[in-house]
Parts: sequence; structure tokens; C-alpha cells
Amino acid sequence: MSANGKNLFRGATGDWEVVIGMEVHAQVASNAKLFSGASTEFGGAPNSHVSLVDAAMPGMLPVINAECVRQAVRTGLGLKAAINLKSVFDRKNYFYPDLPQGYQISQYKQPIVGEGTVTVDLEDGECFTVGIERLHLEQDAGKSLHDRNPTSSYVDLNRSGVALMEIVSKPDIRSSEQAKAFLSKLRSILRYLGTCDGDMEKGSLRADINVSVRRPGEPLGTRCEIKNVNSIRFIGQAIEHEARRQIEIIEEGGAIEQETRLFDPGRGETRSMRSKEEAHDYRYFPDPDLLPLELAQDEVDALKAQLPELPDEKRARFIAAFGLSAYDAAVLVAERETAEYFEVVAKGRDAKSAANWVINELFGRLNKEGKDIRQSPVGAQQLGAVLDLIADGTISGKIAKDLFEIVWSEGGDPREIVKARGMVQVTDLGAIEALVDEVIAKNQDKVAQAKSNPKAIGWFVGQVMKSSGGKASPQAVNDLLKRKLGL
Amino acid sequence: MTDLTSLTLAEARDGLATKQFSAIELAETHLRAIEAARALNAFVLETPERAVEMAKASDGRIAKGDARPLEGIPLAVKDMFCTKDVRTTACSHVLENFVPTYESTVTAQLWRDGAVLLGKTNNDEFAMGSSNETSYFGPVHSPWRRKGSNTPLTPGGSSGGSAAAVAAQLCLGATGTDTGGSIRQPAAFTGTVGMKPTYGRCSRWGIVAFASSLDQAGPFARTVRDVAILLRSMAGPDAKDTTCADLPVPDYEAAVGRSVKSLRIGIPKEYRLDGMPAEIETIWGRGREWLKAAGAELVDVSLPHTKYALPAYYIVAPAEASSNLARYDGVRYGLRVSGKDITGMYEATRAEGFGAEVRRRVMIGTYVLSAGYYDAYYLRAQRLRTLIKRDFELAFANGIDAMLTPATPSAAFGLGEKGAADPVEMYLNDVFTVTVNMAGLPGISVPAGLDAQGLPLGLQLIGRPFDEETLFALGGVIEQAAGRFRPERWW
Repeated sequence: MSANGKNLFRGATGDWEVVIGMEVHAQVASNAKLFSGASTEFGGAPNSHVSLVDAAMPGMLPVINAECVRQAVRTGLGLKAAINLKSVFDRKNYFYPDLPQGYQISQYKQPIVGEGTVTVDLEDGECFTVGIERLHLEQDAGKSLHDRNPTSSYVDLNRSGVALMEIVSKPDIRSSEQAKAFLSKLRSILRYLGTCDGDMEKGSLRADINVSVRRPGEPLGTRCEIKNVNSIRFIGQAIEHEARRQIEIIEEGGAIEQETRLFDPGRGETRSMRSKEEAHDYRYFPDPDLLPLELAQDEVDALKAQLPELPDEKRARFIAAFGLSAYDAAVLVAERETAEYFEVVAKGRDAKSAANWVINELFGRLNKEGKDIRQSPVGAQQLGAVLDLIADGTISGKIAKDLFEIVWSEGGDPREIVKARGMVQVTDLGAIEALVDEVIAKNQDKVAQAKSNPKAIGWFVGQVMKSSGGKASPQAVNDLLKRKLGL
Repeated sequence: MTDLTSLTLAEARDGLATKQFSAIELAETHLRAIEAARALNAFVLETPERAVEMAKASDGRIAKGDARPLEGIPLAVKDMFCTKDVRTTACSHVLENFVPTYESTVTAQLWRDGAVLLGKTNNDEFAMGSSNETSYFGPVHSPWRRKGSNTPLTPGGSSGGSAAAVAAQLCLGATGTDTGGSIRQPAAFTGTVGMKPTYGRCSRWGIVAFASSLDQAGPFARTVRDVAILLRSMAGPDAKDTTCADLPVPDYEAAVGRSVKSLRIGIPKEYRLDGMPAEIETIWGRGREWLKAAGAELVDVSLPHTKYALPAYYIVAPAEASSNLARYDGVRYGLRVSGKDITGMYEATRAEGFGAEVRRRVMIGTYVLSAGYYDAYYLRAQRLRTLIKRDFELAFANGIDAMLTPATPSAAFGLGEKGAADPVEMYLNDVFTVTVNMAGLPGISVPAGLDAQGLPLGLQLIGRPFDEETLFALGGVIEQAAGRFRPERWW
């Protein structure tokens, strides 16, 4: 939160601080919509998941989906937030073809979740806290399709009425990096909780970003809201562009007008959507079709007791129980599946080397092929077996990498592969000694060098390993060379 | 054989059970009466084929000894209730050709119990009106006329068609909806019995919404007993309406004839208005005497916030209506009038689709919910509503079992007589009934006599929440004492 130097923008007239708050729309993971029994499945034929309620037929009434309420409470608990035992649904009135009722049922003055916090880690190990202002439940709208007919638009109501959680942050974010890290962390928490699948490509998670700039220490500037940004990368770009745009205007003597803007990913810039004067008057009022939503403390407590271990707690445990570095722990817990994978690999093994293998070898390989952990061809048990083979001296670390490659592309039991392909490490000192002697004999010129500069022994190790086909035990080679070279 | 249309619902039920006549005969007699009474414009849709089909099924049931509570009873349904495959318009141009694919919970329960649909009755557009004159299909003519006059009179509104149909013996009972008096006022104007049950007693699911926090379905019939019989079928919990009470439905009919001895009846002094016709005061006094004679105790009470009920109602109801009617936008169903763009289409559709009174209320409602006006209007009206409700709660807490008031400040007026210059003149008609909706209480209007011009006047009984039974018991006493009233046929 602090305005440390590295987050400042350098303008023509001095430094600027950017102040960011986010409103994140997260689709509630549920089978049915917020107020109707219709399916929430993604990608059905247009208007195939629409009930009479979703289409706002005359006389239809909303009935709250209890599971959506539980999901909101779980999310609130995961955000360390206050759960409001009484909340109220309001109508937000406006006309739009994909809004069948002519109003969106939302929560205005009395949301289901109050203030909370999210702790966010940055790659450099620094961490900061973002306050959560509130979380409320609301209905999603349908979708207008403008490309099917030259003269008129079509409307698809499949999404109409799907439950969303709007999570509003306090303006505690000070850079695009922080904003990206915050959304990643929030996404991670939601996915751990199972309350939102976090799939930004499908629109399950999208953010409105409030951006303003000010001189460090000065009061908040006028903000602009960038609507509906649907990827973490775009969030970074949108903020960078918007901050630069605002700084430029102010430095040229202009003033920022409060307005709603859209981010154009193609051009990498934001453009005006509507000004404050054009803003809707939503005429909010309590929805008379719905009674206030009342929760019993018991229900909340029961949900709390069933919460899974969340990333922060898991990270703390990984550090305490496995002795991992804060950074490694943070990387491993970012996704629930990764943490689970790691825990299988680390069980009964050296946790640090398990972490190294998961983070460096496995992630490296997955990234290269654009796969996620659930699609990994190397299972956690297989990777564990590779680590066992290193630990009991059957193979060297170098051979282990080859073995990993084989398991990745061909599958199979690592121990069997090692046996079948003769990859077992040579620990027979006699055989290794012969190789060492041979290398020393062939390279007498380098022997003298090594004696004056002991670091040069590395070259000899490399030569011996090469002539052993990588199978010699590096430790044994090292020991023998030191003895023979008199180091 | 007596004219089947002059039977009460209870008598018809017994006649069917003892096979004095068939459900088909009963339905066909009423269908002929409807046809002969088209001058009343009480029905906006007659459904003879469906009626005959349902009556046939009823006769089958009766023959097998498998009759249900309303087996073969021909009813009319206000056009605010969605009826599956039967056009439902709310008497608005915007829904002129709308045919629902679903059946409202209340009517579904009537058919579940064996009732027969004769047709859909006329009402003020979206139930907004007190004279049935705002209907897109034109006003209903009351079967009543002033002595020696041919002036067409209003049957009241908004459930004018249902009230007229019951009074003119075109059906044995009918459904209505009551948001500010739309059942009780037309019942009073037509000499029929009409009840608005406690808010939440009947499901609102499938009823075209006017003002959700006030709307409530209820029955019309020619006797208190018949209304009790109908309410038992109409009421009950519904998982599709979360504002509908999860309470069992009592045998309301059993309450008719029950002793009212030592019941404490509140007489609210605020219902004595300046300039109220003397005949209203007289009939109210007569009602007090009848109840006293039956053993009830009369207690003067004060409901000090009564005078705020009407203005507060005309903020809350239009506010909710402005939002409820937003869905009639021409996009998915109903009337669509093209415009140069989407906004143009909305404007053209709603301008042409809604009548003047509906447009007025949508505008009032939009205004009172607007930024800067919300606190001054909507919020204050809601606070008043709480106070109005508390007036009743305090009275009930002090041992009052029910209140007796006039149902309306006057007898029926002539078509075109009121509200043309000043809509408030029309709104004042609801002065005795809106409080009950604002407080969510049950209210019944029972005919109590005729005025000097020969027009019926009604008395209203207001009860504790979900205590419709006491109202049926008290209503029965008034009915016994006052007798029943039927219009002379001129149509």
C-alpha cells in the first residue's frame, strides 16, 4: 500500500501515484441460476437455458437459490470478511434488450458480505494487503448478438439470471503489477473455495477497474472506471494506459472527467463509453418480490467449519512444515491442484528437492507446452519415484532429467525404465577410478592449472562424467579427482 | 326447475352432488347468460369450449363418486391471472395477443379442485383504476342502475368485470386481485361479497404484477359462505412465491355462522370523513347495531395514520408498478411498435401499448424512485406504511379482533363521472380500502343495504393477519341481518 518509489509514474512535471480499486464480477459456481431453476451450463444453443422467470414472463417471481447464497457466504469467509446475517435484494432499473425484467436484481445498501481483506504476494517477496469493501449477489444479463442479421440484433438469454458475486475492493492498489497480483490472488482464493471457476476466457471472472492519479501525498484524484476487463494481462495494459492518459491531461493543464471507459485490447488503450452526465439513474429500491435474506449464525459457522485450507494458510504450513522459501511456497499454493500435486510428491521425501522439481522441471515443461497441472503427463507418483531414485543413489540428478523426459513423453514406471535402459548410476569405485586416471593422463597440461586454481576441477568432473555416459556417481568422481590431484 | 344461475355456489355444489342437474347443464346455462349479457362488457374472453370440456370431466367425476371440493362449479377469472393456452391481457393493448404457456397458482388450484372456467373478465388496465374505465377493452357496465335512470354506472374497479359477472349471475363466483381496494370496492358497488385475504395468503405466481408488495388475489361471490368456499381452494403455500405464507389453509366455510359473541370490534374514528354522504354513516351505524345484537362488543379506536394511507399508497404502488411494467418493452412478447433504434422501439411500444392511466402511474413511479426524490417520496411513504401498520398492530394488541368500516365513501357513480379532470378524484375512492393493503391485512366487503337511489352499499371488515375466519363469521352476521341484493335485469 505504501507509495514506494518503484510504483510511481514519472511524468513531465514530476512523479505520480496511481490509485486503483476494483469491482470483480465472479460467476457463482452453481448448477442453477440465482432466482430460477434453469441451467447455468456454458455454451448451450442460444436461449436453451431459459426459464419463464429468466424471460420475465408476466406474473413470474424470483425464488432465491440457496446454494448461491452458501457460495457467497463461503467466499465472504474466504476473504476474512464480515457476513451480514440480514441482507436485502434491490432492483436496479434500466432498459436494455438483454435485461428481460427491465431491472437487475442486485444488492445495494445491504449486501450479504461486508468488509474483508486479501493478502497479496509479489514476485519479489514483498506482500501487501487489499481491503475488501463488500461482496454482493446479483443477476447476470443476457447477451445481445449483433452479427446475425444486418438490420436487427438477436438476444440470447442463456446467461440471463446467472448468479454473480460482485466483489468490491477498497482503493488500496498502487500499480498495474499489484492489480494483476490482486486479481490472481482473488482468483486463487475463489478456486480454492470452489465458489467460482475463475475462467476468464468464458467470462466467469471479469473486472471493472477504477483508476485515478495524484501526486504522492495529495488527496485522491478524479477516477475513471474501465468496464469489463476480462484478462489479467489486459488489466495491466488498461491501467498503464489509463494512468498515462490521466497524467498527460493533468500535466497539460486539463482536468479528469469522471466517466466510464472501455479497454480496447486491439489498440491497447481505453476510450470513453459514457460521461457522468450520461450515467443511468438506476432507481434502486428493495425488490418487493423477495423477502430480506436472513441467515442463522449456525449456518455460517457450519460453512466456516467446512472451508478448505486456503492459499495463505497452506503457504504458511508449507513454510513451517517443509522448510520451503516464502516464494517457493507462494508459487506452489497459487493453484489448489498444484499444491495438492506437490504434497503428494513431497510426502515422505525431501520437500525442498520436491519443490525444486515441481517448480523448475515440471512447471517449465508444462509452460513450454501450454498445459496446466491437470493435464500433466507425469503424475505426482511418477515424479515422486524419480526423486526416490535420486535419493537412493540409483541415478544422478542429470540422468533424472533424462528420465523425466522419458516419463513425460512415453509414460511408465520410472524404476522399470531405469532398469530396462541401463541408466543406473555407476558407483563401482574401481571402474570410476580407471576413468579418472585416463582423463588425468590425457590432460596433464590442465593438471597444473587445477592445482593452482581448484575451481578448475569442475572441468575434470565434466570430462569423467562424459566418458561414463553420465552414469558415474558425481560425488565419487569428485572425491577421486580431489585425491588424485592432491587438492 | 329453478334458474340455475340464481343458485348460490353452495347450493349448486349440493345440487350437483345430489345429481339434480349436471355440470354441463350448469355450465351451459351460465354460458347462455354470459352471451345474453354482452352489453355489460364484463367478459373480455368467453371460453365456452373449455367450459364444456371441464364440465364434462366434472360430470364424469361426480358419476364415479369422485367429486372434488369445487366440482363442476362455473367461475370467471379476472384477466390478470395467467391461464394456460387462454389469452391473458391484463386488459392492456401491450398484452392484447398474449397467450401464456403456464397457469397461475391460484387458478391452477381452482381447476385442481374441479372448478370450470367460463371466461376471462374485464378489469382496469393492469388493475390500475377504480371504475374499470381504464381497460383497453372499454368499461364494464354495472348491472345496477339508479332507480328510474338509464345512466350507465361503473361496477367499480379494478375487478369490475368479475364483480359485474357475479352480480348479474353470469357465474357462481369469480377471482379478483386487490392492490388498493380492487376487490372490496367493486363488491360494494355491485352488492356482492368480496375478500382481499392477508398478504401472502394466496400465491401471486402467475398473476400479472401491478404492485408486488400490495397485490393479493381473492374471491367474489354472492354470499359470504361462497367466498369462504372459494378462498379455501385459492389460498395456500407456494414454493414459487417466497412472499406466500407457509401456513395451512383452514376450513373457512366452517367459520360462517360461527358465534361472534364477545368479539371486540374496533370502530376507527378516522373513517368518519368530512363530506361523506349521510347514507354511508347510516349504513355503518346499522352494521354496528347488527354486530352488537349478535353479541359483539363495539370499541371506539383510533388509527391515527389513516389519513396518510392514500398519499403513501399512491407513491408505493406506482413505484413498484413502474418497475414491474418495465418488462413490457416489445422485445420478447406482446406488442412491438418499431422505432428507428432500440430506444425508439421502447418508446413507441410503450406509448402505444399503455393507456393514459398506466402511463401516468409509470411516470409517477419513475419520478418517486429517481435520485434526489427517493428519500423525499418513496422512503417517507415506506415509513408511513410502517406507522399505518403499527396503528393496526397496537389496536389488535389491545384486544381488538376486527374493525368495521364503510367499504367506500359513496355508492357507484356513473361512467365518465369521475376523474376526467382530476385523477385524484378517482383515487379518493380507495380511501377506506388502501390502508388494509398497506398493512397487509385481510378485508372483506359485505353488502349492507341500498341507498335512496337503489344502489348497493357495502361494509368492510378488517381482520388480524391470517384471521380470515373471524371476518367470515362477522360477515355472515351482517349478511344475515342485511339480506342479499340483486340488480334488476335490464340487459
